[in-house]
Amino acid sequence: MRGMTIIVKTITKLLVGLIFLYGIYIITHGHLTPGGGFAGGVIISASFILLILAFGSEEIKERIGYIYSSIFESIGGLLFVFIALFGLLLGSYFFYNFLPKGKVFMLFSSGIIPLCNVAIGIKVGAGLFAIFLAIAATRFIMKE
Amino acid sequence: MIELYILLIASIGAGIVAVEIKDLLASAISLGIVGFSVAIIFILVQAPDLAIVQIVVEVLTVIIFVAVILKTTHIDTTLENKMEVRDYLTKGVFVIFGIFFLIFSISALKELPEFGKPIMKIASHYLAKGFEEIKAANQVAAVILDFRGYDTLGEATVLFTSVIGVLTILRKIGKKK
Repeated sequence: MRGMTIIVKTITKLLVGLIFLYGIYIITHGHLTPGGGFAGGVIISASFILLILAFGSEEIKERIGYIYSSIFESIGGLLFVFIALFGLLLGSYFFYNFLPKGKVFMLFSSGIIPLCNVAIGIKVGAGLFAIFLAIAATRFIMKE
Repeated sequence: MIELYILLIASIGAGIVAVEIKDLLASAISLGIVGFSVAIIFILVQAPDLAIVQIVVEVLTVIIFVAVILKTTHIDTTLENKMEVRDYLTKGVFVIFGIFFLIFSISALKELPEFGKPIMKIASHYLAKGFEEIKAANQVAAVILDFRGYDTLGEATVLFTSVIGVLTILRKIGKKK
């Protein structure tokens, strides 16, 4: 896939870090403000997609990104299930909130909810990025 | 309450017809009856959002089924196959599992409130107790990740499966030329 003009590349250089950080903020503050794992994961994958759309990519890089995003998606899904299973081990039932709850409105509060949000964020971000890469690769094949 | 039972019985009957009938077009139509009666049940128990989704999915499914049947064949050829030993084994396992599931579900369903009766009871409990019990400022996060963790696990599974499906269809490696 080819890149875009120098204007788009410069703006992307300035913005992509902010978008990535905003996604991480949405994920980690999912239990305090609106948002959470799903929304933050979509924003993180959007930052990666913006990078590829602006700078373009070769087939080898796309394949590497494809492999890594598959691995990260599986890691996120497994993390989510394992957090739930730890509740079964340490407490009494699946999805038991085994961590101390803390105070309301603090960042480290409400038990396992931030951990679950992080796991879902990794999963959703990697999954959407993998879908984008697959569709981009198909367009690459069609052009040839 | 009586209309709920009528719809449930109609959907069960339509499901049996959909499995047993020979003409595949009629089978697809009776599958549609099942889906639309489920949609009406959703409206009756005050879940209009689910009803909208159900109607959309059901219309699409019936259209896809009918399109495939019109392109291929009307007659179900799998009905008159002879039963082998393996078929009896699988059917026996199915019946045993069904009996166990019935026993466990009867003991579990006794604990639940009456079907569709105390509307919004659980939601009001979440709103009243969620803030002190979970200590999450965002109540939506408390509901989707603590009270209703299974729902979120199901959603994550749906997303995972759809990603795997897309990657399987669009993959490069192992594709036949």
